[in-house]
Amino acid sequence: MSVLVVAEHDNASLKAATLPVVTAARQLGGGISVLIAGRNCGGAAAAAAKIAGIDKVLVADADHYEHALAEELAPLIARESAGATHVLAPATTFGKNVLPRAAALLDVAQISDVVKIISTDTFVRPIYAGNALATVQSSDKIKVLTIRTTGFDAAPADGGSAPTGKIEPTPAAAVSTFVGQELTKSERPELTTARIIISGGRGLGSKENFKLVETIADKLGAAVGASRAAVDAGYVPNDYQVGQTGKIVAPELYIAIGISGAIQHLAGMKDSKVIVAINKDGEAPIFEIADYGLVADLFQALPELSAALDQK
Amino acid sequence: MKGDGSGVETANVKMAMNPFCEIAVEEAIRLKEAGKATEVVAVTLGAAANQDILRTALAMGADRAILVETTEEAQPLGIAKTLKALAARESPGLIILGKQAIDGDNNQTGQMLAALLGWPQGTFASKVAIGDGRVDVTREIDGGLETVSLRLPAVVTTDLRLNEPRYVKLPSIMQARKKPLETLKPADLGVDLAPRFRVLKVEEPAARKGGKKVASVQELVDKLRNERKVI
Repeated sequence: MSVLVVAEHDNASLKAATLPVVTAARQLGGGISVLIAGRNCGGAAAAAAKIAGIDKVLVADADHYEHALAEELAPLIARESAGATHVLAPATTFGKNVLPRAAALLDVAQISDVVKIISTDTFVRPIYAGNALATVQSSDKIKVLTIRTTGFDAAPADGGSAPTGKIEPTPAAAVSTFVGQELTKSERPELTTARIIISGGRGLGSKENFKLVETIADKLGAAVGASRAAVDAGYVPNDYQVGQTGKIVAPELYIAIGISGAIQHLAGMKDSKVIVAINKDGEAPIFEIADYGLVADLFQALPELSAALDQK
Repeated sequence: MKGDGSGVETANVKMAMNPFCEIAVEEAIRLKEAGKATEVVAVTLGAAANQDILRTALAMGADRAILVETTEEAQPLGIAKTLKALAARESPGLIILGKQAIDGDNNQTGQMLAALLGWPQGTFASKVAIGDGRVDVTREIDGGLETVSLRLPAVVTTDLRLNEPRYVKLPSIMQARKKPLETLKPADLGVDLAPRFRVLKVEEPAARKGGKKVASVQELVDKLRNERKVI
């Protein structure tokens, strides 16, 4: 048994999504190697070495790994997987982009979005937007899995001191180039790791009105999310979207404001510990899964909520 | 859900084109309408009934279609191998696919196809701009948007906001009946569709007990603070 974890990072630091993947790897048993491929990625490698429960960190440092292009990373992952029984990456846009490409190079299947490990070859994954859970058994010699980060606790980011070793980069594929990024800048916590999330839907009615949600988010130290309808309407950027094809979240508290609760949205948040819904339509499906539903006009309820949070 | 837990009941369910694939077909047709592509070929793998899906693509504006007919449930790697074989026959300049099917939610086939062809990939696209021998793809990523420039030929997978697929009008549906639709078998392409994993069971997730209502914001804040202690 030998597990390769493909770490998500930005060269300087490790992304939090890597930590639940290590937990999944530990459930499989056997030695765990964490692969850091990047450019000037010493910061990320040092952070990886501190994760509790891993055995070594493999560092491939080269110009063509800087932007995590799938065309460059997949051959490296495939090469490093040769001696592994399992290859794991987070089911984030990073892992979803890169890992199937590596799996195809290895001529093996990928099992996507694993939420539970039954044994070394049997895994549980949601299908149909989370309305069903499939238990699947792999017959491939190397099991390639993306791990849904909400399905596993984060491994401790400190406490380990794994040895770090440089590995030879694969040759540059040079068929794609990175042009640029428009990343949403925010002081708020990241959606996928936030303890509290407050999301807005079409009911907000405009980009300006979304400030009502943001005000409350800041009082709670919460991340801000949105339904697809709110993103499509241009109220907030695409990376706010929670749902089947957006981000999958499971915070301690999820507050849905003006969201009716289409199954695609529920698929992204129904594993949250406590769910609150505020909507003026008492028949909205979101109320069926909410622990606390408030049937109210959000334009009255939100200022009231904001004021109530100020009173300790 | 099937009574024996072996899967989801799909017998007698009318199938429609996967929404992400509709976006892929629409994008291809728009590229042709903009003079960036000369021909649009719609392809799929599956049972004979999938001819209806391909007729929809033809009605939207695709020029011809190919069905690789199989009654086996193909897995993403097998589908990617089939598409690779079709690419060898058709030599497309660009292959556009939906990023995921909304039943299996795998999100793998485009990436696997790109790997097998050795082509670059632009996944989760919200914008596609064809240039000279290259395509710029703006991708929806967790932190926002990213743009990559890919050498052609390339593989693109669509995200939700790439375009809004057109409504098909009746005359187009009539016209589509006359467009060529070829049927092949996996064996014609020499493709191995052997499954790599099997589904042991399918079950419903534990139901969530919701439905409680509160009467006021004050009551809500009180519950969250004192009963659940989450704020």
